[in-house]
Amino acid sequence: MDYNELRHLADSWGLVYLMVVFIAVVVFTFRPWARKSYDEAAKIPLKED
Amino acid sequence: MDVLGKLALYALALLAALLAAAKAHDGLFAAHAWVVALACLVAIVVTVRNSDKPSADDGAKYLDGVVRYGTIATLFWGIAGFLVGVIIALQLAYPILNFDWPWTNFGRLRPLHTSAVVFAFGGNALLCTSFYVVQRTCQARLALGNTAWFVFWGYQLFIVLAATGYLMGITQSKEYAEPEWYVDLWLTIVWVAYLLVFMGTLFKRKEPHIYVANWFYLAFIVTVAMLHIVNNLSVPVSIFGSKSYSLFAGVQDALTQWWYGHNAVGFFLTAGFLGMMYYFMPKQAGRPVYSYRLSILHFWSLIFLYIWAGPHHLHYTALPDWAQTLGMVFSIMLWMPSWGGMINGLMTLSGAWDKLRTDPVIRMMVLALAFYGMSTFEGPMMSIKAVNSLSHYTDWTIGHVHSGALGWVGMISFAAIYYLAPKLWNRDRLYSLRLINWHFWLATLGIVIYAAVLWVAGITQGLMWREYDANGFLVYSFAESVQAVHWAYVARAFGGFLYLAGALVMAWNIYQTIRGKTRDEAAMDILAAPAE
Repeated sequence: MDYNELRHLADSWGLVYLMVVFIAVVVFTFRPWARKSYDEAAKIPLKED
Repeated sequence: MDVLGKLALYALALLAALLAAAKAHDGLFAAHAWVVALACLVAIVVTVRNSDKPSADDGAKYLDGVVRYGTIATLFWGIAGFLVGVIIALQLAYPILNFDWPWTNFGRLRPLHTSAVVFAFGGNALLCTSFYVVQRTCQARLALGNTAWFVFWGYQLFIVLAATGYLMGITQSKEYAEPEWYVDLWLTIVWVAYLLVFMGTLFKRKEPHIYVANWFYLAFIVTVAMLHIVNNLSVPVSIFGSKSYSLFAGVQDALTQWWYGHNAVGFFLTAGFLGMMYYFMPKQAGRPVYSYRLSILHFWSLIFLYIWAGPHHLHYTALPDWAQTLGMVFSIMLWMPSWGGMINGLMTLSGAWDKLRTDPVIRMMVLALAFYGMSTFEGPMMSIKAVNSLSHYTDWTIGHVHSGALGWVGMISFAAIYYLAPKLWNRDRLYSLRLINWHFWLATLGIVIYAAVLWVAGITQGLMWREYDANGFLVYSFAESVQAVHWAYVARAFGGFLYLAGALVMAWNIYQTIRGKTRDEAAMDILAAPAE
């Protein structure tokens, strides 16, 4: 693979791959039924010293 | 490890250092071998003297000794780094202060300053707070026994080798990555040990969820390891010599360097300190972070975007145009997660804004976040090619870096240490809250002066350098642009001096806190008292 092939791979499939992974992460983070577990996680630092 | 095993290891290292000194290809390498030999001797003496004393942390729930040492090291290197900063600022204003000695030349002191503040001050702050935070949020003692102590002392040796190297003239000329190949290898070993201790502690956590601060710390450790290894790939001239040559050449070398350099800003000076913010801000405010989901979004968007922003350091160079544009676009996109994170931190105080009046530590955290927001707005703006054509190579860049470094990194670290000191040394409270107030205002005034005068200086330089007359000739010589900003260089040194003075006030405050003293002073909420 030469420079050009790698560069085109990066700005086509590479870009799509990273976008999809990122969007999946965001969607997963905002799944509505997880609110309670996130509220619990937010309290972790306040539990003890 | 038992005492005999340790002593054998130190003796072996001492022998290797002496051998390296004897076989050295150049005097500089020999000098460094002697520094290592001296470090081994000190280690042997300390080990023998302490061999019959049990460690204070044996049997305790958490390993906090290394955090205590780390706080002190942070303060020590911070003050050293700020002092060198003031000295080189004065050198720029009054070149006679270079003294015509190679060791005190601006070119050697400048990397001493940058490494001292970024890696020694910032690095120690990250080391000790990450060890503290990971233990508290996982409810587990640091993994791998005393390996954390190896990480701490190994890191100090790295700092000493880097600093003495710069003064003697050892450098591979890569910004923020100046240490030569053997110091880089040593840091790699220390860093892998750091990763193992941190990951090991996460593995044995009692808390089911890994708190978001640890995500940021882990991203910092892993990414810095990757950046450090790739950017420092080089071939030494001799295994007993201090000189090496980079594996990359030309524009590839430049891009690798700025991929490293900008992500050192992104993952060392941003992600790591965000980890600090996401633990200490809720802790000091006594309430959970405003939105935990936003903090996760903040994390992933930083991770996905930051790594591509480096090429904005190479606008209008031999770097292909598409790569420059890529760097610019990703830098601009970074504005969103940065401000999301800033808002998340600030809104943690919603419903408790009155604390700003009574708690100077909260005030410091809020100022840190404000500067985080300001410099992450300014940075993307400066990465736009049109703006960059004015700002690049001018002192505007230096001002921008310092509003991030002094304002964000410095202030959040100070706040964390003010929070930690009474806890680590089992004191009821700090020696003085009013002295924190002094520190706050000295530092704030210092940063404002610093950033403001360098905006003026930078734009002046940028405009003078591009001023053409009707015949297409440059109107100003370079020396004229230097003369035009001389006043700003003097004012900048004064701003830096104020910041240093604030840090000295802090050192006194922490020293007295450790001694168990409390200052007889009026309470901080005096303003909240009803008017008479």
